[in-house]
Amino acid sequence: MSSLTKAQVEHIAKLARLSLTPAETEKMAKELSSILTYVEKLNEVQTDDVEPTAQVTGLETVLRPDEILQDIISPDALLDCSPLPKTEHQIQSPHAHG
Amino acid sequence: MLSSLTIAQAHEQLKTKKISSQELVQSCIDRIESVDKNLNAVVFRNFDRALEEAKRIDTQGTFDHPLTGIPYLAKDVYCEAGVPTTACSNILRDKTYIPPFDSTTKKRLKAVGAISIGKANTDEFTCGGSTEWSCYGVTKNPWDLTRVPGGSSGGSAAAVAADECLFALGTDTGGSIRQPASYCNCTGIKVTYGRTSRYGVMSFASSLDSIGTLAKTTEDAAIILGTIAGKDPLDATTGDIPVPDYRRDMKQDIKGLRIGLPKEYFLDGMDPEVDTAIRAAAKTFESLGATIVDISLPNTAYGVATYYVIAPCELSSNMARYDGLRFGHTAPKPKDLLDYYTRIRSEGFGPEVKRRIMIGTYALSAGYYDAYYLKAQKIRTLVRQDFDNAFNAVDVLLTPCAPTPAFTIGAHTNDPVQMYLEDAFTIPASLAGIPGLAIPCGFSKNTLPIGMQLLGPQFGESTLFRAGHAYEQATEWHKKRPTI
Repeated sequence: MSSLTKAQVEHIAKLARLSLTPAETEKMAKELSSILTYVEKLNEVQTDDVEPTAQVTGLETVLRPDEILQDIISPDALLDCSPLPKTEHQIQSPHAHG
Repeated sequence: MLSSLTIAQAHEQLKTKKISSQELVQSCIDRIESVDKNLNAVVFRNFDRALEEAKRIDTQGTFDHPLTGIPYLAKDVYCEAGVPTTACSNILRDKTYIPPFDSTTKKRLKAVGAISIGKANTDEFTCGGSTEWSCYGVTKNPWDLTRVPGGSSGGSAAAVAADECLFALGTDTGGSIRQPASYCNCTGIKVTYGRTSRYGVMSFASSLDSIGTLAKTTEDAAIILGTIAGKDPLDATTGDIPVPDYRRDMKQDIKGLRIGLPKEYFLDGMDPEVDTAIRAAAKTFESLGATIVDISLPNTAYGVATYYVIAPCELSSNMARYDGLRFGHTAPKPKDLLDYYTRIRSEGFGPEVKRRIMIGTYALSAGYYDAYYLKAQKIRTLVRQDFDNAFNAVDVLLTPCAPTPAFTIGAHTNDPVQMYLEDAFTIPASLAGIPGLAIPCGFSKNTLPIGMQLLGPQFGESTLFRAGHAYEQATEWHKKRPTI
């Protein structure tokens, strides 16, 4: 039976760049614990000699020529999607240290 | 009502000039305007642009491709240049994200003259099985407005069932095309991983996501897949494997086809009406010359748990891009960058996406990788091997799409594990990267649709279409339409 403490939930939220209200934290602790308890089921399976599957159809390292395909989309059109102000074709982000 | 035509029927009438594309598009618009206030399947209406496009195609006057002049809806995760695309999430709905480019699927459909008329509802970033997690509110099941249409492609399925369009694009990561198809009485094709390009479609779990469609018949699904499938240089996971002529191949009979019934999909205590409908479908296949074989997929019971480690891990990684810098929601006067990120994401994401980001972040955090993600990837191998073994003995597997018909709105919203178990029959095929075709095969006594799932080996879509088409020729279920 997995159970996460409120402190653990707060730590995960910080890693995920989410802030939770105290009520959300409590609810999340309960729900995450029930999901983790459910997935403990996987420990029933012996997997010592089993290779993991990451790419299911077996493709490996697909390469293409290193060419810029600017016809798909222009950099300025992408910049226009940003909600923040732009300076010299760059997005002005909030200051990292306040 | 022209919007109730199949693609094959509409194409015949367009070609012989019995109808125009403008009339066909207008019929879908009229239908959406008359029934969508009850359904909430369509979240963006692009009617003016669609009518203009139809006019251009009518003027051109050539209908060589079966999709020329055919109106469709796209799930709200398909990027379309100049058209709002929000994944039904407040993180993109606020400051409405308008992509400056087309998804490959949109591009391929545009090239043959198919007409996008708008966007269909989905659970936020396709995370859910009911559309209850959409920021636009739930879509209602056209067969019973108190029930969910399934999900996450619930808007697409409800729209097709209600004749709001001729077909609708969906995505399927763990069952998101097949389960809503089954709940709404549509045909739905979930393709082999990499059969279609994911380029320009917002990601959920990149090792599982697949691009497919909901349609009114198997023939229509075969036409659409034949148009959108194939290698794409913009998605390195697309297989460089020739695309068969699905529509031609599906017309061969199914004499001698070996169909397996996996015993793990017929559990004690399952819904007896679903059980009866699937066993009756097996009899129909037998009468068409197929052989029914009992088979076992021993690791089926671990599918849901495997998926609910792998998918949230990959989701948490994919959702990292929603940081308020390049698109979407923004917040005024942040203290610093960290405060900005945290506010954007806390305000923008809904409860299910947050829950899954949290699970994924936890499972991938220092010290837990081997216990969760790696373990799940190993069991994924075992699930895949189950299918490999099965397809040594049979050509196709026949199962229910879902354990029950459509459930009531709100039934599972407070119990995530119960909600996840609704995907138990669709998830294993997703883990194995194999194709699945959902086909209507009956109704419960309170008139709710029941769907079957046909599964085949990787890149075996042709055989599924052949079996599905043969079944539809022998039955009438797929022709039934709800009264709204």
